[in-house]
Amino acid sequence: MSETAYPSTWRRPPRLVKHRGWRWGLWFGVLLYLVLAAGSVEVDIARVLSGLERGQRFVSGFLQPDFVTRWSDIRQGLIESLTMTLTATVIGILISVPIGIGAARNLTPAPVYLLCRAIIAVSRALQEIIIAIFLVAMFGFGPFAGFLTLSFATIGFLAKLLADDIEEIDARQAEAIRATGASWWQFIDYAVRPQVMPRLIGLSLYRLDINFRESSVIGIVGAGGIGATLNTAIDRYDYDSAGAILLLIIAIVLVSEYASGMLRKYLQ
Amino acid sequence: MTDIGHYREVWRPASAARRLTRWFAWLALVALFVFCWQLMTENTIWAFVSDAPRQAADIGSRMVPPRWSYLPALMAPLWDTINIATLGTLGGIAMAIPVAFLAARNTTPSARFLRPAALFVIVASRSINSLIWALLLVAIIGPGLLAGIVAIALRSIGFIGKLLYEAIEEIDPKPGEAISATGARPAQVLDYAIVPQIVPAFIAIGVFRWDINIRESTILGLVGAGGIGLQLQSSINVLAWPQVTMILLLILGTVVVSEWVSATLRRAMI
Repeated sequence: MSETAYPSTWRRPPRLVKHRGWRWGLWFGVLLYLVLAAGSVEVDIARVLSGLERGQRFVSGFLQPDFVTRWSDIRQGLIESLTMTLTATVIGILISVPIGIGAARNLTPAPVYLLCRAIIAVSRALQEIIIAIFLVAMFGFGPFAGFLTLSFATIGFLAKLLADDIEEIDARQAEAIRATGASWWQFIDYAVRPQVMPRLIGLSLYRLDINFRESSVIGIVGAGGIGATLNTAIDRYDYDSAGAILLLIIAIVLVSEYASGMLRKYLQ
Repeated sequence: MTDIGHYREVWRPASAARRLTRWFAWLALVALFVFCWQLMTENTIWAFVSDAPRQAADIGSRMVPPRWSYLPALMAPLWDTINIATLGTLGGIAMAIPVAFLAARNTTPSARFLRPAALFVIVASRSINSLIWALLLVAIIGPGLLAGIVAIALRSIGFIGKLLYEAIEEIDPKPGEAISATGARPAQVLDYAIVPQIVPAFIAIGVFRWDINIRESTILGLVGAGGIGLQLQSSINVLAWPQVTMILLLILGTVVVSEWVSATLRRAMI
């Protein structure tokens, strides 16, 4: 018996696509797409080079932020953003709890279920910024439109996750409460609420976080908040103030992420 | 046997002290809410608010029917939008992989200096919305697709980096020990022990982010960063509401398709 039949080195088998032809075909397809896509991007080298100097100024503005010159504008924007975030989260939660209960398959009859799921789908499909454009057109400029936008967006997020959570509750506890002859309200209060409350609190705090981040964006289309201030600062090429605003946003997001983590640990 | 004085007639799920603290927590929340509400609505013009239903009906009546003949003109911007999302995701992945390996506790070369730096990159990228990145980049490198691609890439670093470094920290250390026991160099340990363990998570994260990026790239045009958002902005500016409806329908369709693609891909991979 000859030993030459064995390969002398080990080759690692392919990781994802086993068939050789498919693998080459896939690579070829990816390459073709990249060539086509890159071809449709027009890069104006001269413009980019002239912009690099501005980029440098932005980086230096970020490293040496100027909080003082525009402080009154920044302060006003921050107050609007923070108040808008809190009120929108509270109202959003208040509306999304009944919708979430309505969208849980195990609690409600089919027509209510479909209606609530439809509301959730509409709220989730539209981007915050697009909703903000419409609400600004209807309610005028300012944080009130932003408040409505964030409340609406909160419904889709919170009601969906709450409904999914309610659908996964332990059926044995629910049955035990039902067996005591509890009314529908008592059933919700004693069987469902204790099981979903910790997660609902966690999700609410998470949404508070998201709403703050979003509140810094919807100002760009006129819905108030720190985004409007930031937009103005960038339009004026006032990079020192823009850097200050971005640092404030990052700091607030960090603090709120840390605080909500602590609070969640404490509450559970 | 000790005698217990009396029993409560009604069972309560929480003790009195607990109920009191809870009650005060709710009171504080309500007070905070009222305070914030006052502050927020200081400058609200209520005439506009009470006028809103009429405005809504007005805009609504102008929005239907959508202008279907506008659809062919939207195909080129749609292609740009998909390119922004895809190339941006690829760029984000390329930058996020080294950041993730520097941020993971078990692969970082220096836990004291490089790890905090990598974590800061992740947090900074995550806190700033892609629209704000686009706003900055349009000012710096000029309007167009490139600004959009870079904005999406910069925003993706944080998301992909965070999820990927968490996946790296959760790997089983034993294969790594086995590979290094064969005399493998650190790079080979990475290649043969760590990478195979995180590839499925990595693909799922990348596809998930691509799905999100499709959504986000549809609106980047609002600040001049290319894609279908440009058409949306110009249609809104000239109050061409039937065109706006058409664009929104197309965006909705694209989002649904991308969600389906990403769900199918993730199911096939894992």
